[in-house]
Amino acid sequence: MMTLDNRPAALSVSRRTHSNKRVRWETIVGWLFVLPALFMYAVFVLVPLLLSILYSFNRWNGVGPMTWVGLKNYVTVFQFPNLIGTIFNSFWLIVWFSFIPVGLGLVTASVINRVATGRFGEIARTVLFLPYVIALVAAGIIWGWLFSLSGLVNQILEAIGLGAITRAWLGDFNWALSAVGIIGIWVLLGFCTVLLSTAISKVDPALYESARIDGSNWFTEFVAITVPLLKYEIGVCLTVTVIFALATFDIVYVATAGGPGNATSVPGLQIYILAFTQRNIGVASALAVMLMILVVVIILPIQRLNQETKQ
Amino acid sequence: MKIGRGELFAGRTLLLVLMAFTILPFISIFMTALHPSGTVPGGLDWPAPPQWGNFVDAFKEAHMTTLVISSTRIVLLVVPVALVISTMAGFAIGLLRIPGSGVLLALFVSGLTIPFSGLIIPIYFLERAVGIYNTKFAIALPLIALYMPFAVFWMRAHFVNMPTELSEAARVDGASTWNLFWHIHVPLAQAPITSLGILMSIWTWNQFLLALVLVEDPNQRTMAGALGAFQGHYATDIPLLCAGTILILVPTLIVFVIFQRQIITALLQGSIKG
Repeated sequence: MMTLDNRPAALSVSRRTHSNKRVRWETIVGWLFVLPALFMYAVFVLVPLLLSILYSFNRWNGVGPMTWVGLKNYVTVFQFPNLIGTIFNSFWLIVWFSFIPVGLGLVTASVINRVATGRFGEIARTVLFLPYVIALVAAGIIWGWLFSLSGLVNQILEAIGLGAITRAWLGDFNWALSAVGIIGIWVLLGFCTVLLSTAISKVDPALYESARIDGSNWFTEFVAITVPLLKYEIGVCLTVTVIFALATFDIVYVATAGGPGNATSVPGLQIYILAFTQRNIGVASALAVMLMILVVVIILPIQRLNQETKQ
Repeated sequence: MKIGRGELFAGRTLLLVLMAFTILPFISIFMTALHPSGTVPGGLDWPAPPQWGNFVDAFKEAHMTTLVISSTRIVLLVVPVALVISTMAGFAIGLLRIPGSGVLLALFVSGLTIPFSGLIIPIYFLERAVGIYNTKFAIALPLIALYMPFAVFWMRAHFVNMPTELSEAARVDGASTWNLFWHIHVPLAQAPITSLGILMSIWTWNQFLLALVLVEDPNQRTMAGALGAFQGHYATDIPLLCAGTILILVPTLIVFVIFQRQIITALLQGSIKG
């Protein structure tokens, strides 16, 4: 990610003309090409980013005057378990939305590479990818129903003799957050599998062939070839899925609305509730700023490792 | 290549299990949608007789015609504009390599890490201040901007790999920068532009948070935004809710099946290069 290549400008505008005036004109024209995108980005991303930071230092109900309160809103976030708890919840979701889909995706991709290189593997990849393209709201509704008392999950558990543990999964204090995590696996497994499987198909087949001639089994091949050679793509998968986990909103809003209690509440949802139902813009913004910092803090080390891998 | 029978069996079983895990939820809501409205069936109970009328009811209850029109209008506002401006920016950064391209690229790319929920509060107040809140531009304008990190990055990745001889030849023939862009490079960039367009259409159709916050009337929202409201009203009528969900899913799934290759390539390359 963020690979800025340092190749010399391939189409240096000065190559053709030596007049400084001409060069300056070309630069202006070039910037005019960027301007519309930059303008939109500045108005709706960069300015809001700064405003979020500004709001986070103020007490404001959205209509009256703002009162500067310094870091008080941040202290509030740390003080109230229902606010800081959302951040811990999203850490737990990283396990489900990121670690499991990436790990399982890696296994699935390498299995496809060994036993399903043809049409079957192709179909498997397409099918697994389906949940990734549908609206997350729909995923939330679907699983809200599957996890309900009479839903499919309990029906299957009963069929395999585990009727004793059936419950309304999304209403259970201990299980609700993990159940939300399973929705994340459902959505993201295909993305990880397809990305990693595409990467495996680019590995020199001779490596796998010679390993197989030596009689290596799936596991040794997995540990000795697949994982080391796919480090970069694994990093990419982790990055995308970690951001996804921390930014979760739709699924939780629809499937549990943060409940029971605050058991499944995530920062995105709490920001929404604080700002648009409680009109507490300052605290909502403090949480928003913390969320954005958190994403960067978690993503940067992965990126750094990845840059090293690539070189 | 020797792969044992045991492994073949175990591997294929794993794949089948995972496919079942992926597909069963779709089958379950489909079965449920065919049960009489207002009942609470089991997750995979066979509907007898199937109530196909539920789809008609959900179509009416969800004001599907209005919704399709409003979602399509938002897509038509967002995608062409986003495509044009991101292609231009990608061209200037990747191919013209204007002074400052490195900084510009870093600026756009860093936006990839920002969750929409981090920006939604100021966007809401900005929109109220300039009077586009709750209008047909309310969702479209911020979405165009929020797509820029991915879009600019994606188009730049295409332009940075274009052979330079082409542009130089055109320059020698006296082509202006605009002509170089419009007559030579845009036609050559059709594949990445198409993929990006399809992706942004799906993302817009599926956009929820912006729709929820920036437009009050569910019928003027995106499909996903309307589905959220529909769920609020029909949370207790499971078959109807499932039927409504299917109606909203089907267009995305059809688009995916038709443009599968472009969508997957764009998503994968977009994130790998990104």
